[in-house]
Amino acid sequence: MELELSPDQKLFQKSARGLLDREHSLDRVRALEDGDPRWSREWWRKGAELGWAASIVPEDLGGGSVSGAGVRDLALLAEELGAGLAPGPLLPVNVVLAGLVEAHGAGPDHTGEIEALVAGESVASWAVYEPGREWAPAAPGLTATPAPGGFVLDGVKDRVEDAGAADLLLVTAGTGEGVAQFLVPASAAGVSVAPQWSLDLTRSFGEVRFAGVEVTGDALVGAPGDERIIERQLQIAVVVQCAELCAVLDRAFAMTTQWAFDRYSFGRPLASYQALKHRFADMRTWLEACHGVTQGAAAAVQDRAPDAAELVSAAKSYVGDRAPVVLQDCVQLHGGIGVTWEHDLHLLLRRAVLDQALYGTPRDHRLRLADLASL
Amino acid sequence: MTESTIESVESFRLRARAWLAESMPRRADEDPPPMTDDDTADWERARELQRMLHAGGFAGICFPREYGGLGLTRAHQQAFTEESDGYEMPLVLNVPTFAICAATLLDEGSEEQKRERIGAAVRGEEVLCQFLSEPRGGSDLAGVTTRAERDGDGWVLNGAKTWSTSAYAADWGLCLARTDWDVPKHRGLTMFLVHTRAPGVTMNRIRMVNGVREFCEEFFDDVRLPASAVVGEVNGGWAVASRQMFHERNAVGGGSPYVSGRGHPRTVPKVTPLEVLRASGGSADPRIREMAGEYLAARAVEQATTDRVSRAIGTGVLPPAAASLLRLLHAEGAQLSDDLALAIAGANAATGTGAEPGAGGRAAIGYLMRQSASLGGGSTEMARNVISERMLGMPREPAPDHDVPFKQVRRGR
Repeated sequence: MELELSPDQKLFQKSARGLLDREHSLDRVRALEDGDPRWSREWWRKGAELGWAASIVPEDLGGGSVSGAGVRDLALLAEELGAGLAPGPLLPVNVVLAGLVEAHGAGPDHTGEIEALVAGESVASWAVYEPGREWAPAAPGLTATPAPGGFVLDGVKDRVEDAGAADLLLVTAGTGEGVAQFLVPASAAGVSVAPQWSLDLTRSFGEVRFAGVEVTGDALVGAPGDERIIERQLQIAVVVQCAELCAVLDRAFAMTTQWAFDRYSFGRPLASYQALKHRFADMRTWLEACHGVTQGAAAAVQDRAPDAAELVSAAKSYVGDRAPVVLQDCVQLHGGIGVTWEHDLHLLLRRAVLDQALYGTPRDHRLRLADLASL
Repeated sequence: MTESTIESVESFRLRARAWLAESMPRRADEDPPPMTDDDTADWERARELQRMLHAGGFAGICFPREYGGLGLTRAHQQAFTEESDGYEMPLVLNVPTFAICAATLLDEGSEEQKRERIGAAVRGEEVLCQFLSEPRGGSDLAGVTTRAERDGDGWVLNGAKTWSTSAYAADWGLCLARTDWDVPKHRGLTMFLVHTRAPGVTMNRIRMVNGVREFCEEFFDDVRLPASAVVGEVNGGWAVASRQMFHERNAVGGGSPYVSGRGHPRTVPKVTPLEVLRASGGSADPRIREMAGEYLAARAVEQATTDRVSRAIGTGVLPPAAASLLRLLHAEGAQLSDDLALAIAGANAATGTGAEPGAGGRAAIGYLMRQSASLGGGSTEMARNVISERMLGMPREPAPDHDVPFKQVRRGR
């Protein structure tokens, strides 16, 4: 978390928390059955009214951030929604917006789509993963073949967040001129979505098939071969994930610390045992380090600093690795109750494992760090 | 000096950039640092470099003007540190002289001590060290048994200290001694400034498993100290030592505003995982690339966290005890670095390159010292106690020596 927030940022934070508290308790999450919708358009539209899809979009495209530093505001929001395990397409919509804004002015105009996304009238998601494959955005198997007036897309994407609810899909495809991205309506002929099981009870994913999907040249986002756009999307995705994870860890740690004061064994609180105190000290240190590197990454992405890519991957590597370790330790310190369905810890652990896995695992990001350092 | 009359950081940066280019020698591609040899030349060079910084008006950036510094802010120091990267800098003076000893004197010393000792250190004339740990002391610093007894206006010091970093190169040491045995342990201590070559001081260098001899042990036999040697209050030494330990944790964690320049002194032999990887001509092996990436990530995490926690302590968002977070994180990072260097070296850790250790051998020797970052400057177990007790408010460990006159405290079987 930012060390000092401006009054506007505090208000932004408070309004998000308010909406979350009113409409989305953890008890509601626990009660969700397979197939129940995770969120409603109405819920997302209310969030968009509070600026949830606006912070990284410039004002002349209908966006705006409360502090003038939109990436940092988005991280702040991701913390707030992460702590509350909020449902809804915060990450997918903002990642698509990151790509559209980055490409703005360099290819076909997507101003209308951007404005609809900012207003919460429309929902989009990044279709980048492919079945059976790990994170490899630069080497898609899905092809975009030039055709009269546009392209024809063929291939399969999976792990597409909110694929079933999205109006638009940002599809990463291979062309003769390098990787290109296309903004495709989910309703286009030849597009079909099948739901996928999700570890995180508040999130839904789908497999999307593209069978001879015809798009016009206006569907292109930026120019083929422009990898800066994908890089920007990845950076925004990782900042959101790491900020969420920091908040998830804060919540689990606070819960577990309170437990250590409340729970007595052999006549004294757990918090009085040095063996346990030392584990809390380690966790407290890792927590601060998670916040430190996440904030560093958010600031670097905000400023477009030369080391932004490195800090983003350092953050994902570290936070992604630490989060499950801390959460499992919280489970251990709770004892058997920590592995029951009724306890909140597994809801947090689910979110952490999912965030750790997507948009590059910690291992993927370590390999990227070695590449970035030209080793 | 008021805020409005302080030179802007950008102006200071540009002036430093020009002066460094004009006046300071560029850092050469370094030979492997010495493992065992006499490093007198390194210390002489450090004093000379410090004198050059002082002559150029860039010494003691965050120390007040009345004690020989520039009275500028942490931001000025950071700008200078960034600009001085690539130049030869007196890094060996950073810890403990400036970051710990001078910082403690600034907080707790008399006007005379501040003017004389801080001034001389900033001018490159004197080096400071700490006489804290004792042969049987371990982590129980308040249990010291080195004694100082009143002798007219002055004091007579007797006892032994150990683990004094680079004391052999220092002029003065901050020495914690017991001055009252009839009160509980924290209340009978006094901090003294002791000249390292005063009559009655005997000093030996300790040889470590990697061959380095940076630590010393000292014996004090009837060392006479004037009344002006007392730092802080008589029997108020624990307050001084606590401040000193705060500065030490902060320095070890990289959060001190009183250090100038970046990187390790040449006298600290460290081989990084990247150096081991480069020595083998790089690697296409993803297992090794992943390890290098893990090291890079840890380095970035440590830097970002140090920035964050230092700011937070500076603005009071986090308590001073939060310096222990940095201390613990640094120890973890140092261990990871040694582990990764060894793993990247692979089978080359076992033997040298011909008769020399080579990068693989140096990684292995570094591994022998793996725990040093978790021991030096107070063990990580103590840092964990500080975090759990003073940050999280967890109950303190029971202590049988609490509220007991120190002379009645059991000190061994």
